[in-house]
Amino acid sequence: MSQIALSNITKRFRAITALNDVAFEVKDAEFFVLLGPTGAGKTTTLRVIAGLIKQDVGHVTFDGQIIDALPPADRDVAFVFQQYSLYPTMTVYENLAFPLRAPLRKLPEPEIRKRVTETAEVLRISHLLERKTAKLSGGEMQRVSIGRAIVRSPRAYLMDEPLSNLDAKLRETLRVELAHLQRTQGSTTIFVTHDQIEALTMADRIGVLNHGSLVQVGTPEDIYDRPATTFVAQLVGSPKINLLNATTENGTLRLDGSDVHLPSREVCNDPKNLPANLVLGIRPEDVRPDPDGLFGGEIALTEPLGVETLLYIRIGRQTLVSTVPGISPLRRGDMVKFGIVRERLHFFDQTSGARFSA
Amino acid sequence: MAEIELRQVEKKFGEAWAVRPMDLTIQSGEFVALLGPSGCGKTTTLRMISGLEAVTGGRIYIDGKDVTWLTASQRDIAFVFQFFALYPQMTVRQNIAFPLESQGMKRAEMDHRIDEVVKMLEIGHLLKRKPAALSGGDKQRVALARSLVRKPACFLMDEPLGALDAEFREAMRAEIKRLHLAQHATSVYVTHDQVEAMAMGDRIVVMSNAVVQQVGMPSQVYHNPANLFVANFIGSPGMNLVAGKYADGVVHLDGGSAYPVPDGWKPVLSTALRSDDVIVGFRPEAAQVGEAGALSGVVYTSDLHGAYTMLHASLEGEAGRNVEDKIVHIRAPREVAHTMGARICFDLAPDMVRFFDPKTEAALAREVRS
Repeated sequence: MSQIALSNITKRFRAITALNDVAFEVKDAEFFVLLGPTGAGKTTTLRVIAGLIKQDVGHVTFDGQIIDALPPADRDVAFVFQQYSLYPTMTVYENLAFPLRAPLRKLPEPEIRKRVTETAEVLRISHLLERKTAKLSGGEMQRVSIGRAIVRSPRAYLMDEPLSNLDAKLRETLRVELAHLQRTQGSTTIFVTHDQIEALTMADRIGVLNHGSLVQVGTPEDIYDRPATTFVAQLVGSPKINLLNATTENGTLRLDGSDVHLPSREVCNDPKNLPANLVLGIRPEDVRPDPDGLFGGEIALTEPLGVETLLYIRIGRQTLVSTVPGISPLRRGDMVKFGIVRERLHFFDQTSGARFSA
Repeated sequence: MAEIELRQVEKKFGEAWAVRPMDLTIQSGEFVALLGPSGCGKTTTLRMISGLEAVTGGRIYIDGKDVTWLTASQRDIAFVFQFFALYPQMTVRQNIAFPLESQGMKRAEMDHRIDEVVKMLEIGHLLKRKPAALSGGDKQRVALARSLVRKPACFLMDEPLGALDAEFREAMRAEIKRLHLAQHATSVYVTHDQVEAMAMGDRIVVMSNAVVQQVGMPSQVYHNPANLFVANFIGSPGMNLVAGKYADGVVHLDGGSAYPVPDGWKPVLSTALRSDDVIVGFRPEAAQVGEAGALSGVVYTSDLHGAYTMLHASLEGEAGRNVEDKIVHIRAPREVAHTMGARICFDLAPDMVRFFDPKTEAALAREVRS
């Protein structure tokens, strides 16, 4: 396996800058997720690494060696796409064996048999080996696609939204299996997704892309607990973080359009660093109904999801979303007292959206 | 407002059942979600209510009136599709006004109605634009506005959020529910997304293979699923379902662990099961990881979901043998240690355990506590 680094990669398509000075390093055996909305530059980054697109500026290095001049076939990376690109008339076995029979590699047949059998076992598709791929379900096809990448033991896996076409239940199952597989095999993996749950649950580290720029790189905990910008804060977490304009005056932090105000000394160590106007971020699990809570509001809407209930609490002109465990007895129109977990508040600049570390 | 009643309504395409005979009464003002995987019959059911699809048996009543053979336009319903069917050459305002104009409504009344929905959906700034210039979320808002402006008695929606990005879906979900609460039109909402159904439905109709599996409030289908299908389909991940054999107050789970059955359930298991085979069901949050516990497992993988951690563990028997392929999901606080390969112990909250008969796949009914 392999360590991969991108240094100041820029790629333009005519007037459009698809990637703007992107730099990150993926460690050996790391599961690195590129997360961002459509058009952020995730797939372009992956294609630059694979050598399918040539960057305008910057270098790609594998294990410390610049490989910019290396054609895709010689980079020895395996691509897994959203659409399973399998040969429908071949059996699963033949599909898995195909990359090993390619002229470049051409392993002896007993070795191929051994590798295919092992791969099928790991992915739990042994019972499907003699079937034609056209006869498989979506989940089975995607397992075979992944199998075809694994069977080669490449130096890295590049995966482009491989789970997006599957239904919710299958996605859940394959997410768990993929994470387990990657950790047991210790394969360097770069995984592209727009799904924050996939990123949080599978990644060792996440790189967040927006408009071709890397906004933040960090562990799932970093990204969730210390988002660098309001964009990142909103990208991860479901339901979304509450972002509310707030004002500081006379040592008090006041939520615009509500009666929620907190002594700023209690919400951050160095209140002097806070500007007069800012964006306050509160994760829904940090808004907690509490009979002794400091604030009051009216329940505008409840969403019972089973494991938890989402409460939409209206305070003045603002609405705060709160998640509470189980099925809440609260109803629309109920008045509630609630508190806010102060040590878990986030502060951002109103113009730039950048995080203040207070 | 209107009550919708389906009596033995069914649909066959040739020999294939799209919907097996079903009974359902939707109260006036109620919001009912039809939930199930693709091909389960939910959209066909909706289309039969709307009149877009003819029934092959049974009767449909709206407010007591038999509408089975009335056309869609005679039923006073509005339909919202997954794909926003807007007229591309018209502005947003013209799109919204269209259904009223075709009714020949007076100008003043029309303006008033349009103002009302535009305010409700906060699309005032879009009125002069053409649909092509709108985002997916805004297009769907306009499509909703066009349906709402007619003030229909029934509001039928077929995966209206299916084509939207996840981030819009969450916001639109709350918006549709708020509109419903403001207007109280009887609403039937088709979705394959259990989160949407749970969040929005007063009641949920769970369908699979052309058959209604369960009708109930969100809390009922979540905590008391009627059968294995509902138990697995509702929840993310679904209910953990572990097979075993019952004897003398204990379920010997496949693989060797022994689960002591809560007292209230013992008489049920002794009498209701057809054999000693049983399936134990518990939600991921029903398991509490601790120093000790009746059950144990080895962490297969664990992952952060933001506010909590999900542990995926293979159950472990007394002999330390792992149950192949049997991964249970446990929702735990973030502080719980979770290294891959680590051994964990856990107990199940007694009031959150359910039992199923593997022969019938049905849940065992617990006697009301005396």
